[in-house]
Amino acid sequence: MIFTVLIPLLLACFVPLISKLKDKIHTGIFIFFIPFVIFLYYIQFVGSDFTTMKQTINWIPSLGVNFNFYLDGLSLLFVLLISGIGALVVLYSIYYLGKDERLGHFYVYLLMFMAAMLGVVLSDNIYVLYTFWELTSISSFLLIGYWHFNERSRYGALKSMLITVFGGLSMFGAFILLSVITDTTSIQSMIEQKDIILNSTYLPFILVLLLLGAFTKSAQFPFHIWLPDAMEAPTPVSAYLHSATMVKAGLFLVARFSPIFSSYEWFFIIVSIVGIITLCWGSYMAVRQTDLKAILAFSTISQLGMIMAMLGFGTDLAIYAAVFHILNHATFKGSLFMVAGIVDHETGTRDIRKLGGLLTFMPMTATLALFGTFSMAGIPLPFLNGFYSKELFFDSSIHLTSNGLSSFAEFLVQVIPYLAVFGSIFTFVYSMYFFFGVFGGKNQLSLLPKKPHEAPIGMLISPIILVLGVIVIGLFPNLVNGTFLAHAADAVKGTVAEELHILFWHGWKTPLIMSLTVVGIGIVLTLTRKKWAGVYRFIPGKLSLFKLYDIVLEKLNSVSKGITKQYMTGSLRLYVAIILGVTLTLTFITMFATGGVTIQFDNLADVRVIEVSVVFIMIVAAIGTIFARNNVAIILIAGVVGYGVAVLFVIYRAPDLALTQLVIETVSVVLFLLCFYHMPKLRKRDETKSSKSINIIISVGFGALMTIIGISAHSSKWFDSIADYFIETSYKLGGGHNIVNVILVDMRGFDTLFEITVLGIAALAIFSLVKLKKNKEAE
Amino acid sequence: MNDLLELTKQLIEITIVICVIGISISLLLLLYRALVGPSNADRAVALDGIGINLMGLAALLAIIIVTTKLNDVILLIGILLFLGTIAIAKFLEKGVIIDRNMD
Repeated sequence: MIFTVLIPLLLACFVPLISKLKDKIHTGIFIFFIPFVIFLYYIQFVGSDFTTMKQTINWIPSLGVNFNFYLDGLSLLFVLLISGIGALVVLYSIYYLGKDERLGHFYVYLLMFMAAMLGVVLSDNIYVLYTFWELTSISSFLLIGYWHFNERSRYGALKSMLITVFGGLSMFGAFILLSVITDTTSIQSMIEQKDIILNSTYLPFILVLLLLGAFTKSAQFPFHIWLPDAMEAPTPVSAYLHSATMVKAGLFLVARFSPIFSSYEWFFIIVSIVGIITLCWGSYMAVRQTDLKAILAFSTISQLGMIMAMLGFGTDLAIYAAVFHILNHATFKGSLFMVAGIVDHETGTRDIRKLGGLLTFMPMTATLALFGTFSMAGIPLPFLNGFYSKELFFDSSIHLTSNGLSSFAEFLVQVIPYLAVFGSIFTFVYSMYFFFGVFGGKNQLSLLPKKPHEAPIGMLISPIILVLGVIVIGLFPNLVNGTFLAHAADAVKGTVAEELHILFWHGWKTPLIMSLTVVGIGIVLTLTRKKWAGVYRFIPGKLSLFKLYDIVLEKLNSVSKGITKQYMTGSLRLYVAIILGVTLTLTFITMFATGGVTIQFDNLADVRVIEVSVVFIMIVAAIGTIFARNNVAIILIAGVVGYGVAVLFVIYRAPDLALTQLVIETVSVVLFLLCFYHMPKLRKRDETKSSKSINIIISVGFGALMTIIGISAHSSKWFDSIADYFIETSYKLGGGHNIVNVILVDMRGFDTLFEITVLGIAALAIFSLVKLKKNKEAE
Repeated sequence: MNDLLELTKQLIEITIVICVIGISISLLLLLYRALVGPSNADRAVALDGIGINLMGLAALLAIIIVTTKLNDVILLIGILLFLGTIAIAKFLEKGVIIDRNMD
């Protein structure tokens, strides 16, 4: 199994080579065989005696991250969709994309996506699943931005990236929590330990984070906003990614984890509500669109909402219907996107207001669209697969039970059938709007950029095959039932249930009446569409999630820019104030919180007159520097402090330090004098009272802090000093009487070495600063 | 003899205390000049004076703690004071310390 995932990735490396030949042979012809062979490989597993398969290849065993591939009914359904529709899409793209496009790029991205998607549905290891999940986001980003010279493409690509990666990261959070709780990285062993997960206190977090990932990927309300903007991608991409495969990854995720969560009440509530709202809102908004692909995008959103709702219901019937509709939706929506692409390709526009009456010009395309749209609308005809899954949807929505659930869930159970009918009515309306808007009515040839004509046969092959799928499943629904879908439904439920027979005629039961209601009201609404279209001015009116996204993005930018500007003012004084202020506060809090302040008066030496007088002079001089108003005066007064320090060293019997201090002090004075010639005259700083008082607070506070630290450090001696060792051994080991110098060059010579290095670097730096400045002047 | 030595020791101690107090007073007065001194030349001279007093202080300390290790310090203070004062004087006079080559 691993080879089917890796082969597209490996072969993607060779695509740029093949694409050099694109003037002779279209690159897509080579690419076509990859998904086709994968499809043929997996079709052999279809059958009523299907059993699950496992394959493990180590990647990072120490972290439990391995390529655990697991093929069950659900994976098989998705794998066949991905490879089958992938092959058809590649075939379609051969005719759709001309040789002047950057074909190499296109097929590399597409193969990347295909491999990633296969990896998502086959992975049993959550981390590998997440890896492939992000790879689908990235390759989808690349594909949406394929025409990168187009501003809308870049906008759509960025939007989808931000939203799906946001969801992906949330999902990663859920995965980490899951693997920490269950101590495994395999989804199947998590399902075995579902009691641990269901009893965990983190259960709400896990559920919400996981569902965020699924909802963003599957374009559920309110994260659906990226999907209409992703329609800037080439049509084969829209058909493949944004109808059949990637947007179903979220559904796959929910289905994959539903054996764990299905007994959790909030799973039912959240998933059902979000699904139903998405169904209603998507179908309601689809009628408003004027762009063919936008209609299809909102239609995809609403159909995904419907599947999501069914996964949320969690009854045997609903899960079966969900799996069935995943298959059905992929067939008719894929074909409809291709039809929209053909119309765009042959007339030059996708604007439904300019199109019309194309039935006579494009009879083949019109026939394909007819089957696609009627199947999507769920019209009760025995050769359309959409009807079956829609009726199963109604059936499952009225058979929800609220036993032992909270009152809110009970209310939900009552409301769901009505919402389902409401959403389906609009589904009917936009399906008819799509078909009759393009192919019915009068033609307006003057508005079209090109003269319309039938598409080349090669372009029609893929939609024909998909529509054949619609019809075959429609005529013989039980063909895919026991052999294929039942296994998928079992995988979602986690148990093997008895087989379900899909019948066209159930007799006069509630679902059929609901279907007929949908058709009845739908026809009325379609015919009077112009009259009630004004309702869109009030709902959603000016409020729109698209605008909200733009505002949020813009606000995020401007607010963070504002915050950064608040403290990154370029003023060094402010930065130093912040650094010192934060250090001050944190250290003070830490010291007092941990009881670090200790003041003890034992172990103190006697104070002598000579020390007092020297320190007094130093204090007076130090305070004097603050108030001095003259450059040279400050230097000279600071010199007093420096010499005072030297005398303190003398008093405390450190002649070496005193020598060094004296030299350094003198050199600094001279250096200061050197600089001052070039520096501006010290002027009175124009400080406000508040900034001055803040400065005083910080400086006094810092002084106090250092004093307290010094006193506390002296008061709390925990160990004996190692000075005795140096005193004893400086002559014995070091061969010198001067202990300070023995320590510097012998005992701790490394420090000296690097201090020498520091001085060397400083000298070089000064030299180069002076020299480079001259060179700059020369330029 | 011992009495004489004892007397000398006490005499030295008393002398040192008096000297330290004297130097301290002198330092304070010089500090006043350094802080207030109307011109920078006053401050330079005050700093020079402080340095010389420090030499004395160091010498007294050397006597108190009976060591010869501080002699270097005393000499160094002398040299550095001279250099420092020259530098300051040149700065006050010309505005620069090191003349550029005339080229």
